[in-house]
Amino acid sequence: MLLSRRSALTSAAVAATLPLVRPARAQKPKLKIGVLNDMSGPYANTGGATSVVCTKQALEDFGVATRDMDVEVIAADHQNKPDLAVSIARQWFDRDGVDMLLDVPTSSVALALQSVVREKNKVFLNSGAASSALTGEQCSPNFVHWTYDTFMLAKSTGGAMVKAGGDSWYFVTADYAFGKQLQGDTSTLVKAAGGKVLGAAQYPFPGTTDFSSFLVQAQASGAKVLGLANAGGDTVNCIKQANEFGLNNSMKVAALLMFISDVHALGLDVAHGLNLTESFYWDMNERTRAFTKRVLPKTPTNYPNMDHAGCYSATLHYLKACADMGIAEAKKDGVATVNRMKAMPVEDDCFGTSKIREDGRNLVTSYLFEVKKPSESKGPWDYYKLVATTPGDEAFRPMADGHCGFIKA
Amino acid sequence: MIMIFGIPGPLLFGQLLLGLINGAFYAMLSLGLAVIFGMLNIINFAHGALFMMGAFVSWILLNYLGIGYFPALILSPLLVGIFGIVLEKTVISRLYKLDHLYGLLLTFGLSLVIEGLFRNAYGSSGMPYRIPDMLSGATNLGFMYMPNYRGWVVLAALTVCIATWAIIEKTSLGATLRAATENAPMVQAFGVNVPRLITLTYAGGVALAAFAGVLAAPIYSVNPNMGSNFINTVFAVVVIGGMGSIMGSIVTGFGLGVVEGLTKVFYPQASATVVFLVMVIVLLVRPRGLFGKAA
Repeated sequence: MLLSRRSALTSAAVAATLPLVRPARAQKPKLKIGVLNDMSGPYANTGGATSVVCTKQALEDFGVATRDMDVEVIAADHQNKPDLAVSIARQWFDRDGVDMLLDVPTSSVALALQSVVREKNKVFLNSGAASSALTGEQCSPNFVHWTYDTFMLAKSTGGAMVKAGGDSWYFVTADYAFGKQLQGDTSTLVKAAGGKVLGAAQYPFPGTTDFSSFLVQAQASGAKVLGLANAGGDTVNCIKQANEFGLNNSMKVAALLMFISDVHALGLDVAHGLNLTESFYWDMNERTRAFTKRVLPKTPTNYPNMDHAGCYSATLHYLKACADMGIAEAKKDGVATVNRMKAMPVEDDCFGTSKIREDGRNLVTSYLFEVKKPSESKGPWDYYKLVATTPGDEAFRPMADGHCGFIKA
Repeated sequence: MIMIFGIPGPLLFGQLLLGLINGAFYAMLSLGLAVIFGMLNIINFAHGALFMMGAFVSWILLNYLGIGYFPALILSPLLVGIFGIVLEKTVISRLYKLDHLYGLLLTFGLSLVIEGLFRNAYGSSGMPYRIPDMLSGATNLGFMYMPNYRGWVVLAALTVCIATWAIIEKTSLGATLRAATENAPMVQAFGVNVPRLITLTYAGGVALAAFAGVLAAPIYSVNPNMGSNFINTVFAVVVIGGMGSIMGSIVTGFGLGVVEGLTKVFYPQASATVVFLVMVIVLLVRPRGLFGKAA
C-alpha cells in the first residue's frame, strides 16, 4: 500500500487529538493475561484454544464483572519456537502491558522465557511445559509450575512400571529439552530401583512421523519396557506403530506423558491397558464434572485435560492473590505477586486444595490411570480407571534435590 | 551372529526394509509432484495438504458412511482428484503464463488454507484409523517382525509407481501428454484438447497424493499436519531425482528412504537432516539432479 505524505500527516494529526477527545471516565484497574501456546502444531489439542477457554472460565467464575477490576485475556501461537516466543513475550510486556504469562507448553520455549519474565518482573504461571528444570536449576522467583513435571511423571508412571517388574528400559526420546529431561528423570528413578537402561534413540523434533526404525531397535535390545519420552502426536504415532510391530507382545509400553486427547486420537482398541499420569481427569468427582460441564460448550470437540485445568486453576488463584494485595501493587511487582500466591492455599474445582512451594512448584495430587477397554467405556471420553493416587508432597522432587538458586540466596 | 559396523546383521537388514517402506511414501508423493511439474510447470506446494485430504476423506468415508478401507483406496483418490480439477480450473490455470514462483506461492497458500480448515474441524491430535482386518497381524521374517500392512504398502506403492511410469513413457496417451508440454499449439492443431489434458494430469497427480494418504492413514495418525511433515523431504527427493523426472523420483524416493533408515540406526539425531545433506552434495555435483536432463 502506498501512503502519501499528505495522508500520513493527516492521520498522524488525527491520532494525536484522539486522547483529547476521549471522554473522561473513571477506569477500573486492569490486568492483562497472555496465553502463549501452540495453536496449530503437535501440541494444539493438549493446550491450544481450549487453554484460552479455560482461562476465560476462571474470569467468569471469579466474577470479574462484578468486582472493581478489569481483566483482559489475549493469546498467541508460539509454534514451539523459543525465539518466536521470546519476541512475542517482549512485545506483550513492553508494548501491550501484559502482567501475567500463562500456559506455555514446550519446555525449550518455557526455559527461554524464564529470564525474560524475570528481567521484566512479571508473573509466569506455567501449566503446559514439563521440564523439572523449571523449578530446579532454571528456577525463578517470578515463576510457578502448576500442573505436572517430568519428575512427577517419571515417579508415577515409571515407578508403577518398575514395581510391576519392568526393570530394563529402552527409551525413544524427542531430541530437545523436554524429552531429554523426561528420559533423564526416568532413568534416575529406574536405576535407583535397581533397574537398567539398555539404550535410547533420540529422534529429531518436530517432524518425525515414522518411528518403526527406533521401535525395532528397542525390540532388539531385549528391554522389558519401552519408555516413550515424548508427547502429543509423536506419542500417538509411537504407540500405534508399536502395536503394529507387535511390541506390545514382548514389551510393556510406558507412555511417560500422555493426555486424554492422545487417548482419544488412538482409540480405545489400541490404547486400552496403557498406564499414564495426569493430575486432572474430567470425570474424577462432582467438582471436576461441574467444571467440565461449564467449559464444554465452548470446546465441544476437545475435553479439558490437566494442562487446560491448570490454566483455569492458575488464573483463578492469580486473580485471588491480585485482589487480595490490590491490583496496583500486583501490576508493579511480579515477585511480590508470586510470593502472595505462595502464601495463600490454592483451592478450586479442578485440583481441590494444594500448596505452592517456595521454589515455585505447585504440589498437586498426581493420579496414575489405566486406559479402559472399549467394553468398559460407557460414554464419550469415558477413558480412565484410577489405579493409584500420590499426594502432592510426595509426587514431586524434594526441594533440596532441585538446586534452585534463588532459595539459597 | 554377523556383525556389520558393530550392528547385528539381522537388525541392519530390518532397518533396510523399513527404509524401503518409508521410501515407498516418498516415491509416491514425489512421483505426483514430478508429474505435475513435468507436465504443468507448477511447483505444487499443496501436495502435502492433498495427501492429508486423502487420509481424511478415507476417515470420513469410514466414520460417516461406513465405507471401508479397500473401497476408500479407490474412492478417496477419486474425490480428491475431483477437488484437484476444481482447484486447477478455478485458480491454478490462471498462472501458467507466469513465473514458477507465483504457482509456488499460490499452492503454498492453498495448503495453509486446507490444513487450517481441517484443523478447525477436527483438531490437531488426529483421528484413529484401524488397519483392515485382512492386512493386520505380522509375519516373522527371521531377521525381523514384519507387519503385513507395511508389506502391502510397499507392494501397492511399487505397482502404482510402475503403472504411472508406464502410462507416461510407454502409451500413446503418455506420448500425447509429453508432446503437449513440449509444444501445446502444435498438439492442439492435431485436434487434442490440451487444456483438458492438463487439467486431468493435475487431477492424476493429486490422486496419487490422495492414494498415498489412504495408505498412510492406518500407520500414522490422521491429522492435519501429516502432509506438512512429509512435504519438505519430498521436495528434496524431487530435486535430487531431477525436477520433473518420473523415474528419478521413484528411484530417489526409495533410495533416500533407505539412507534415512540407516541414519536412524547409526545417529538418529541426524535422520531429519541427512536427506538435505544428500541434496546439497547432489546439487554441487549434478545441479540438474541425478536423472535430470541437460537443458
